[in-house]
Amino acid sequence: MKQFLGKRAVASAVSLLGLVVLVFFLSRLTGDPTDLYLPVDASVESREQFRELHGLNDPLVMQFVNYLGDLVRFDFGESIRRNEPAIDAVLRGFSWTLTLAVITMGLVTVCAITFGALAAFNVGGRFDRFATFVSLIGASAPDFWIAIVAIVLFSVNLGWLPTSGTGTVWHWVLPVAVLFIRPFGLILQVVRGSMISALQSAYVKTARAKGVGNRPIIFVHALRNAMLPVITVIGDQAAALLNGAVVVETIFGFPGVGKLMIDSILQRDFTVILAAIMVTAFAIFLMNILIDIAYAILDPRIRY
Amino acid sequence: MVERSPAPAATRTKEGPGALRTALSLLWADKLACAAVIFLVIVTLCAIFGPMFLEEITSKPNLRGRNAPPFDLSKGWMFILGGDQLGRPLLARIIVAAQNTMVVAAGAVVASMIIGSALGLIAGYSRGRAGQIIPRLADVIMSFPSLLLAVIVLYMLEPAVGNLVIVLAITRIPIYLRTTRAEVLEIRERMFVQAARVMGASTKRIVFRHILPVVLPTLTTIATLDFAFVMLAESSLSFLGIGIQPPEITWGLMVSQGRPYLTSAWWLCFWPGLAIILTTLSLNLLSNWLRVVLDPQQRWRLEMGGKKNA
Amino acid sequence: MPDHLLDVRNLSVDFHTARGTVHAVRDVSWHLDRGEVLAILGESGSGKSVSASAVLDLIDCPPGEITSGEILFDGRNLLTMSADARRQINGKRIAMIFQDPLSHLNPVYTVGWQIEETMVVHGTARDAARRETVELLRKVGLPDPEGAVEKYPHQFSGGQRQRLMIAMALALKPDVLIADEPTTALDVTVQAQILALLQSLQKETGMGLLIITHDLGVVAEIAHRVVVMNEGEIVERGSAREVYHNPQHAYTKKLISAAPGQGAMSEGGQGPEPMLSMRGVTKTYGAFHAIDDLDLDLYPNETLAIVGESGSGKSTTAKLLLRLEEADAGEAHYEGRDIFKLSPKELYEMRRDIQMVFQDPTQSLNPRMSVYKIISEAWVIHPEILPKPRWRERVAELLEQVGLEAEHMYRHPHQFSGGQRQRIAIARALALEPRIIVCDEAVSALDVSIQAQVIDLLHRLKDELNLSYIFIAHDLPVVRDFADRVLVMQKGKVVEVGPVRQIFESPREDYTRNLLAASLDPDPDVQAERRAARLEAAQ
Repeated sequence: MKQFLGKRAVASAVSLLGLVVLVFFLSRLTGDPTDLYLPVDASVESREQFRELHGLNDPLVMQFVNYLGDLVRFDFGESIRRNEPAIDAVLRGFSWTLTLAVITMGLVTVCAITFGALAAFNVGGRFDRFATFVSLIGASAPDFWIAIVAIVLFSVNLGWLPTSGTGTVWHWVLPVAVLFIRPFGLILQVVRGSMISALQSAYVKTARAKGVGNRPIIFVHALRNAMLPVITVIGDQAAALLNGAVVVETIFGFPGVGKLMIDSILQRDFTVILAAIMVTAFAIFLMNILIDIAYAILDPRIRY
Repeated sequence: MVERSPAPAATRTKEGPGALRTALSLLWADKLACAAVIFLVIVTLCAIFGPMFLEEITSKPNLRGRNAPPFDLSKGWMFILGGDQLGRPLLARIIVAAQNTMVVAAGAVVASMIIGSALGLIAGYSRGRAGQIIPRLADVIMSFPSLLLAVIVLYMLEPAVGNLVIVLAITRIPIYLRTTRAEVLEIRERMFVQAARVMGASTKRIVFRHILPVVLPTLTTIATLDFAFVMLAESSLSFLGIGIQPPEITWGLMVSQGRPYLTSAWWLCFWPGLAIILTTLSLNLLSNWLRVVLDPQQRWRLEMGGKKNA
Repeated sequence: MPDHLLDVRNLSVDFHTARGTVHAVRDVSWHLDRGEVLAILGESGSGKSVSASAVLDLIDCPPGEITSGEILFDGRNLLTMSADARRQINGKRIAMIFQDPLSHLNPVYTVGWQIEETMVVHGTARDAARRETVELLRKVGLPDPEGAVEKYPHQFSGGQRQRLMIAMALALKPDVLIADEPTTALDVTVQAQILALLQSLQKETGMGLLIITHDLGVVAEIAHRVVVMNEGEIVERGSAREVYHNPQHAYTKKLISAAPGQGAMSEGGQGPEPMLSMRGVTKTYGAFHAIDDLDLDLYPNETLAIVGESGSGKSTTAKLLLRLEEADAGEAHYEGRDIFKLSPKELYEMRRDIQMVFQDPTQSLNPRMSVYKIISEAWVIHPEILPKPRWRERVAELLEQVGLEAEHMYRHPHQFSGGQRQRIAIARALALEPRIIVCDEAVSALDVSIQAQVIDLLHRLKDELNLSYIFIAHDLPVVRDFADRVLVMQKGKVVEVGPVRQIFESPREDYTRNLLAASLDPDPDVQAERRAARLEAAQ
């Protein structure tokens, strides 16, 4: 187990490093932040001062080495735009995103598994056809469009829900609902497919021969076996949410890490982008470990 | 066990002359999939021929038709879905936008499928170092936040169609790579592959004549589904303003351009969004149908026709 | 009082498939009483399992449909009962065990939990069920029952898993136990143990036992009465002895005469010089010694059988010889060269001489290629054998040689039966004009009557084409009929090797003797004698 964790950590660190290098150099190559931050008529001295302050005069490689050196001391640098440590802004945004992701994925997991399992039990039946169709529409819908239509309908026309921001419970309803739709559709389909094959398996036949009822056959015998592929998809979807639901957060003015990243990109606030990437990557690393543990709990044949 | 009476030749021969007819009758058995295919054919035709005929109408601003409401035929049937903020007919705009939307998605899917499955074949069949390194590559790409990566790269590079295709293709390579590799690992051990090795078949022959044809149906199913995914991703990017740039046009960009007029002219956002949904839905339906057809365990449901399970 | 405990009357079941409706069983009637053992004997596709599945409500509808008949259990018709009422009977009064216990046990729950579940769903308290489970495991002869309940199915061997299934089925002392091919995938010695266990448990509890099997030997060993099925219909019924010694129906006669182990044994003398000799061959997988210092000689135009139980290394030997896997040590001399050290080019040339026929023809033929493509692929790979214009003619010739027809070359493998597919696989091997053919369990997936035909074919080809076979098998009666010499393997080592008559009539090693004693004879009288002898030896 320890060895396995170590391997995973090294692999994640390597890919994270690659990402940091890529973003760091791409960001430095595409333009000079001084042009963006200082007024067009700023004096040469103030430009020079700005460069000196943010270490922009050093050679590129030197800048990178300095950056890595700071990283080792958990110093992610200052946000140029916000006058605060980049990591503070990122963690603030990330806590919003994490809450959003946990609520959404919790709901998605429970709903998708229940409906998917029931649909699989009577393949071709009325409930199955209904659930399949709903899930297909869910999996096909572009979230930005759903968000816009929802705002028009529930906020503008009906006036039931706020259009954007945070504050009350009502502010959470639309973002969660919009983010819910696609993972729900995708996971429901995986649950259904996986359950269909589990219910055709020989051990289900044994359970029926033992006189086990339908409900325990679905939810005890078949479901646990069917969960392995489902967990993989849940993990992928959760990772997508943790990366910041960029579009939905932007539309609903939700102060999560996705919106923070988009804003930072538009403002060339690279320390924030890099910090955000590292924080989310670490979160996803932890989540993948949780998923591997879930595998091992669900299936005794899997040992690391 | 294996004893089974021989099947009549026509019903199950894959390469025989009846194959197309069998496919069509299987398609007919699933009405939703049938509708999906018809819709996709229409979209494809629009994408190919639309710009040729409608370029002129859609490039000419028309002040009298600004934000014209839908279902009003007084300005001609082109305005049946309404007009946009510059008075151009929405229906024509949607048809023209189909081309870019489709080209980007098709380009990304084809590129990622070819590269991904080629790498997957190598990773699955070679027992050497390549077999170990290539899957790691997939892990690395997978661990990148794909949409964000696209945002960053496209913001820094020029957001042209080519770059968009490259970025989207890279993020989708792991899907094909992993699937192909997993399948190859399994098929490689199958007896007909062993039999070919015993006859002295070369690696190239085994991979291309014995393994690839067995993997291909699975890849096709995934590609259909992925087409929908890539379309959505492209729409999101264009919506965020870092995908296709005006005056080029895609459905996602149309939704984005209509957003300021949300409260006064909902149709600017609604119709292009609906076009996206209907297309992705059709692709999903088609992919589902393919999966059932290609799975002998489930195929009987379709072959039995709509009598018992429709 | 009803006439019989379980009484199936005029049962017909249809399956709706793409190719139209299949009548799986037609108008089938049989009955089972307390304390008796009934066998349903049939080949694959005969519908022998269908009526048992109907008894336990295991037929999926659709695609299955029970079109007529009734199943009386204790005088009540099961087919008209509610699903709930039938669930009360399943597991409690009628229980079932299956072939392939690994896939029939739920992989993610402990075996203790699964056995308890049978009792818990029928009303026993969880902790009482747990105590009872340990007791049951002891009864079916599982080592360390207390520890076993906490383990998962994959941690047991094949024979142990079948014991677990039996424990699970017997948990509530059912009146009827249905065993569907309970020993088919097991080694002969394990098969003998499981059958003995079933027999003693049946005597002890007085339950009715229904055995579904394709194996005349199993019938001879355990059954009182037998019902013979063919193509969905019952063709013969009677006591096991009666049916064996005096079969009435043509099909039964054919089945009994096709049973292996009755023909004359080979007296074949061997040539002076072996054409192939393996020396000191060793192969390990991690800590597991698959093959340990193996020596083997093959003489021209002889059939050398390699027999052994699963894990004995007999298939690994074939893989090493064909270089599908690489040996760790040792050599294999063929025509003055060491096969294990051939360069890729030399290996490619050697492939022409040594060919292989695999166990399962469904898997060894590429489903997407036509028969013509499958056979002619040999000449695509080795173009020097035959110029392309002659391919079609030669494929036709080969197909006729293996007992198929020329026009079959345009079809695909799925359009053939299992026996026909194995003939195609043999034709493919012959296309390279080899001198040695390795048959890895080449007939064990086939029905008995088909098996006999394929063996005859191999026999004929051997004489016509001057072939040598390495015939790997676990089924001793087949080996007895076919082999010239026999090599017995156990745990990667050679136990003994000798002419077939010597091995079968005067084996030198205990292991060989046990193997022979455990293999079943289709004659109930012979089996009864052996049983008596075994009992005597035990006392």
